[in-house]
Amino acid sequence: MLPPVFGVLFDGIAYGMLLFVLSVGLSVTLGLMNFVNLAHCAFAMVGGYTTVTLMNQFGWPFFATLPMAFIVSALASVVFERTLYRRLYRATDLDQVLLTIGLAFISVAVFAWFYGTTQQPINVPSYMRGSFAFLGINIAVYRLFLIGIGIVVTLALVFGLEYTRFGAQVRAAVDNQRMARGLGIDVDKTFALTFALGSGLAGLGGALAIEIVGLDPVFAFTYLVYVLIIVSVGGLGSIVGSFLAAILIGVSDIAGKYYVPELGAFLIYLVMLVILMWRPAGLFGRR
Amino acid sequence: MTAPATEIALSARKLEKRFGSLVVANDINLALPKGARYALIGPNGAGKTTLINLMTGMLFPDGGKITLEGEDITALEPQSRVRRGLARTFQINTLFPGLNALEAVTLAVVERRGIAGQFWRNLSAHRESVDEAYDILSRLKLGDSCYRITRELPYGRQRLLEIALALATRPKVLLLDEPAAGVPHEESGEIFEVVAGLSDDLTLLFIEHDMHVVFRFATHIIVLVGGAIFAEGSPAEISAHPGVREVYLGTRKHG
Amino acid sequence: MTLSDTALTPQAYIRSQSRWRPIEIVFWLSLLLPYVLFPNYLSLASQIAITAMFALSLDLILGYAGVVSLGHAAFFGIGAYTAGIFSKFVWGELFTGLLVATALAALVGYVTSFIIARFRHLTLIMITLGLGLLLHEAANSASWLTGGSDGLQGVQVWPLLGVFKFDLYGKTAYGYSLAMLFLVFLFARRIIHSPFGLALRGIRENWTRMPAIGAASRAHIRKIYTISAAMAGLAGALIAQTTETVSLETLSFERSADVLVMLVLGGAGRLYGGLIGAAVFMIARDQFSGIAPQFWYFWIGILLVVVVMALPNGILGGLSALIARWRRK
Repeated sequence: MLPPVFGVLFDGIAYGMLLFVLSVGLSVTLGLMNFVNLAHCAFAMVGGYTTVTLMNQFGWPFFATLPMAFIVSALASVVFERTLYRRLYRATDLDQVLLTIGLAFISVAVFAWFYGTTQQPINVPSYMRGSFAFLGINIAVYRLFLIGIGIVVTLALVFGLEYTRFGAQVRAAVDNQRMARGLGIDVDKTFALTFALGSGLAGLGGALAIEIVGLDPVFAFTYLVYVLIIVSVGGLGSIVGSFLAAILIGVSDIAGKYYVPELGAFLIYLVMLVILMWRPAGLFGRR
Repeated sequence: MTAPATEIALSARKLEKRFGSLVVANDINLALPKGARYALIGPNGAGKTTLINLMTGMLFPDGGKITLEGEDITALEPQSRVRRGLARTFQINTLFPGLNALEAVTLAVVERRGIAGQFWRNLSAHRESVDEAYDILSRLKLGDSCYRITRELPYGRQRLLEIALALATRPKVLLLDEPAAGVPHEESGEIFEVVAGLSDDLTLLFIEHDMHVVFRFATHIIVLVGGAIFAEGSPAEISAHPGVREVYLGTRKHG
Repeated sequence: MTLSDTALTPQAYIRSQSRWRPIEIVFWLSLLLPYVLFPNYLSLASQIAITAMFALSLDLILGYAGVVSLGHAAFFGIGAYTAGIFSKFVWGELFTGLLVATALAALVGYVTSFIIARFRHLTLIMITLGLGLLLHEAANSASWLTGGSDGLQGVQVWPLLGVFKFDLYGKTAYGYSLAMLFLVFLFARRIIHSPFGLALRGIRENWTRMPAIGAASRAHIRKIYTISAAMAGLAGALIAQTTETVSLETLSFERSADVLVMLVLGGAGRLYGGLIGAAVFMIARDQFSGIAPQFWYFWIGILLVVVVMALPNGILGGLSALIARWRRK
């Protein structure tokens, strides 16, 4: 029989996996393009609402909506990258912050207009809902599913970066943009594709989040803080960093709420500040 | 190499710098006597700018020691080295685009005088600083355009402003990184006139590609290849050195 | 610039840059108009003056030194709560309350400035955000001191100079806030035109060049951050005194974000940008107070996108570009 702390750990890791899927895209694009995209969670929201619409309006099964959530978010990001983001790659941090926050504000209003401000329920398949006991702790099936997805995404990303040609191009462009261009790598296209990939993952995260934390139009901001914390703590451009940071934040959050609820989110902010001051570039960041 | 009685203004001993497996500075040893006019030459990517970055503190070495007038400055931050008399100019203009030339040089002067922290009196009340800045600009023939915003200045004038900023710190040693870089040939003479007119007490090291300029102004040449000193000596010695010709003309592949 | 400038000596030229322009005098005089034209809106005018001071404090670090802070409301809130608590437990005299609140905000600013000056870019943004959120959580939890989410109860101040009471019409409040704003503005103006102001602009214009001219940039940033924190704290104290309430909202991320929007709207780095931006923003918000918050933020979002893509220096920047183009004709 395992003590309840393992239950907390399990829930924390599952939550961390969700946060990882939400955050990894931002970490890679920030590390690659140095573009501060605070509209990242708005793209997550796009994915979430895609799933809601497909399931509730069109009766799609849950698992079929997940790839669609990814695709729709990725496509949306391509539109914005082409029209707006592209022109600000060399702009100041402040300009990028302001533009993307503006887009996030707009997205909140748009979704509030079409979907209302209350949380959107969906019906995941019944076998996803239950839980079972394992060594004395309660394992929720959906949370186990999240951990599985997290591992799959991590492996796909790491494998993709290391062993595919596209991955090599991304790594080259992250390391030294000028030299990558000099070698004939189409850095702009690499940016656009990576950005689409990252936003698509955010969209997937948004869809996965509905069952765990719910979806409402303010999602774009509620989870932005967590995502930013994970990205800066993990280190820009580091998948492993995001993974570990996400687990750290997920577990800290759940453990904090379980053991010291009066502290609220205090613990998370404190953890972030301490780590950033010790390692300004994040746990696995460069520079 | 140098007469033992000469005072050494700036020296580097066994300087090393690596980026992962890439060695950008390999066992560099050099000594600049006071008043020297040294040229640093070498093919692109040899590590010349890196060496200046190491000497000025923008990069910290993995090994070795840097001495300024006998004082070990290896661990000092860039601004501390400037305060002790080591200044540099940048190969790519690193100016204050929104400030006019007078403001930019005045800023350097007030920083040197230690009054840049004062926020109570108007800048114009600090008469000597403003006058000194104008003086420096005039000597570099920038007096008449000193009210123009830096980003609106013609490129050649911006290069002169680069030098003016460095001079405002009253350096004892000045490292010039390709002072005439990008300036059309007809105008580069003006820049080198300025360099030639600098005080004999000032120790100069300049990076340069134009061999005419090098032979005209330098009393001693250091050749840097692949992060290491390949050869050094008087202009006559270097121009006769067979290895140097190969390195520049590329008749021998190096890699 | 123009032919007449080249005839000036360098010192005279610099002096002329800090001359009071007629339009500025018109601007400040026009701020007395609300007493005559909008007597029912004096409370709002008072709030605008206070927020303008807050925006000015952010301009000092953002517009002049280039420090992007998403948590500047922390100092506003510290000033507000300190003044409120001071009036509750010590006495309600106004100027000592301002002094204590400003001093405490300055102290916290000074301590945090050591952290702030060490970082840049995303790390700095995150640290300012984190510190702001942390303080907000702490204030929420410490309800024995702050009143928590109910806000601080029992704030009571004495009449201004013993004579002018703060009433619902806001006549005293506006006069008080406006006078303080003007004094603070004069101080900020002095800083900008001093050697220190030049150093700050140098930091903003080219961070890399500063050490190369012997500048201790981090020390400069610490100094202006402390001054800015004090100013924000003063603004917060004013709000506590003129409204006799203090809520958690004074420390919130919304307030930090709003003041950033105001400054960008008006134009950062131009001293008056924060004032203009605060006025426009708050008047607009008052006029559109009927609509739901997310739709208000929809328009703010549109505004931000437009400003970044088309009007990078805000209203004042756009105006000065227009004037420059008109002059050239």
